[in-house]
Amino acid sequence: MKKDIILAGVGGQGILSIAAVIGEAALKEGFNIKQAEVHGMSQRGGDVQSNLRISSNPIASDLIPKGCADIIISLEPMEALRYLPWLSKEGWIVTNTTPFVNIPNYPQIESIMEELRKIKNTILVDVDTIARDVGNPRGANIVLLGACSHLLGMESQKFEEGIRRIFSDKGEEVVEANLKAFRAGRAASL
Amino acid sequence: MKVKKLLLGDEAVALGAINAGITGVYAYPGTPSTEITEYIQGSETAREAGIHCTWCTNEKTAMETALGVSYVGQRAIVCMKHVGLNVAADAFVNSAITGVNGGVIVVVADDPSMHSSQNEQDSRFYGKFAFIPILEPSDQQEAYDMMEYGFRLSEENNIPVMMRLTTRMAHSRAVVEVAAKPIPRREKLTFPKDPSSWILLPANARRKYPQVISSYEELERISASKEGWNRYFDAPDKSLGVIACGIAYNYLRENVGMNYKHPILKISQYPAPSDLIRKMASECDSILVMEEGQPLLEEMIKGILPTPVKVLGRLSGALPRMGELNPNSVREALGLPAHETNRPSSVVVPRPPALCRGCGHRDVYTALNEVLADYPGHKVFSDIGCYTLGALPPFRTISSCIDMGSSITVARGAADAGLWPSIAVIGDSTFTHSGITSLLDAANVNANIVVVISDNLTTGMTGGQDSAGTGKLEAICAAVGVDPAHIRTVIPLPKNMPEITRIIREEIEYKGLSVIIPRRECIQTAKRHAKKRKQ
Repeated sequence: MKKDIILAGVGGQGILSIAAVIGEAALKEGFNIKQAEVHGMSQRGGDVQSNLRISSNPIASDLIPKGCADIIISLEPMEALRYLPWLSKEGWIVTNTTPFVNIPNYPQIESIMEELRKIKNTILVDVDTIARDVGNPRGANIVLLGACSHLLGMESQKFEEGIRRIFSDKGEEVVEANLKAFRAGRAASL
Repeated sequence: MKVKKLLLGDEAVALGAINAGITGVYAYPGTPSTEITEYIQGSETAREAGIHCTWCTNEKTAMETALGVSYVGQRAIVCMKHVGLNVAADAFVNSAITGVNGGVIVVVADDPSMHSSQNEQDSRFYGKFAFIPILEPSDQQEAYDMMEYGFRLSEENNIPVMMRLTTRMAHSRAVVEVAAKPIPRREKLTFPKDPSSWILLPANARRKYPQVISSYEELERISASKEGWNRYFDAPDKSLGVIACGIAYNYLRENVGMNYKHPILKISQYPAPSDLIRKMASECDSILVMEEGQPLLEEMIKGILPTPVKVLGRLSGALPRMGELNPNSVREALGLPAHETNRPSSVVVPRPPALCRGCGHRDVYTALNEVLADYPGHKVFSDIGCYTLGALPPFRTISSCIDMGSSITVARGAADAGLWPSIAVIGDSTFTHSGITSLLDAANVNANIVVVISDNLTTGMTGGQDSAGTGKLEAICAAVGVDPAHIRTVIPLPKNMPEITRIIREEIEYKGLSVIIPRRECIQTAKRHAKKRKQ
């Protein structure tokens, strides 16, 4: 089992919470993990990414080599495209379709969608709307996790347990809201 | 008993230090080193042990405080980013001559590729220059294990030890096996065996310096020994030998696996083991040197005169001359075929960082831009922090950002030369870090400048750490000699724009030194505090 995952988004969108749940699930399964994060200046509304590597074998590099990522999980459609050179030929892109526009020269959303549709394996999900529909507008990142969970080589149950552990100190209400978001995301992509 | 934890490199260092029984961590926040101190601040074990962990005003005060702990026989770590070592350098370099009593580890996190920094200086040069040994972990487990080792190395050899991290080491997580319980913190005070070595009068320093130089030879012997962290992996194909320093070793193994046909020298401890390098040079046709940062080792091996062995690396062009290494650049240098990949998408545009929506710095720049439109001769000199983003659109207000505290001194120099209006913009944390002495200089000549201390009550850029001067700024300015009539406080909000712009105008027109303090809490820490109150 080996999954090289690039998590992408804009600073503040919550990609590290997705990474935390996947990492927690992988840790419980006894897999090796490496996860490189971006801290500091770029977090202020700039593009951010995290390289998450999970494997049953020892992992050498903290960074995923170009052309080797199995999945790009992105909370923003243009940010998903930024890491194309890292995606393997058979790799998947799972991305939110709602753009995050905080720059004046943000491209036409249609041209972004056109680029995304050119990729062989893509799952496009409007996670913002789904998150609102399930009454958890701040849980868009967990909806996205649900949408890609069947590609991560671990059972759905493992992620739900991960969500429970990661969010437990924020109270049962938050845990339940995130489980709901996770299941809605999973249902949307299957 | 050992337990497994998923830790950032920074956190592995922190836990290693806690478990080695430190008395204190002394640090100023700086990416990518900040999480070391934050981990200790949040650790229950550290609290129970009474480990001192309040942020210091700057890296120099941090380094000196650690020396105080060491003098009385206890252990301490000092943490900073690479440019912070410039600030701590006076104490750092001299600490090699004083030596230590309790162990001291100076953890310096370099930022090659300048993800969040103004240069990519390589801290290993400082270690070499000061005759201080360096540990450079290649993974999180080593980072943890090297802390206890580093303290022993420091105490047995009577010298501080530097641990050098780089961004990917500091900010990457992996599972680390750690001790379940820390070594108890030392309670007793013991004093240096050679107390005069701590009094660096020329006569004492002259006596001590030759010892420092000769012990550097001993440190090299240790770094090449089995107990040290350097490893030679011999292999049959001697057409090439590879030297991989720190995290570069991981990129190498990623590409060649554990059974490579060429010999590998893994370097994680300095002074670099000359004998092992000579062995490789005598057996191999060429040597490829992979090091994160500047080509320190490559330059050392290559020298100026011709060598019988070909030396490849950043200087030869085998690897990029600057920027961090990665599995791709290392792959290319090894002559391996690139992985098949997708072309970059032409639709993607850069998304630079920006000041947060609702941030008080935004209102400060809006007000400055409005007023300064009427003063075409103006310049605004700024400093290191979130507000450096005032250089970018839509503001484009500032003309400089050099080093911590420089805004005030540069503005004063420009005013000396005749610039008017000459404005400085500095944050509260940067002001107490290195701006107070700049302001004292300006006050002593009543420089005709306006100093804006944009006070968000925190150290914002690094994620909201306590700021040393909170609640004291007006008193500090008055105490260094700024006329209290020209210390003006405002609240940077859009609704206050008429008042703020009026005050800026008045202080520009005043012939002499004035300080304007726009004060409003950082929007990020305000959100966090509001959430906490709700819980």
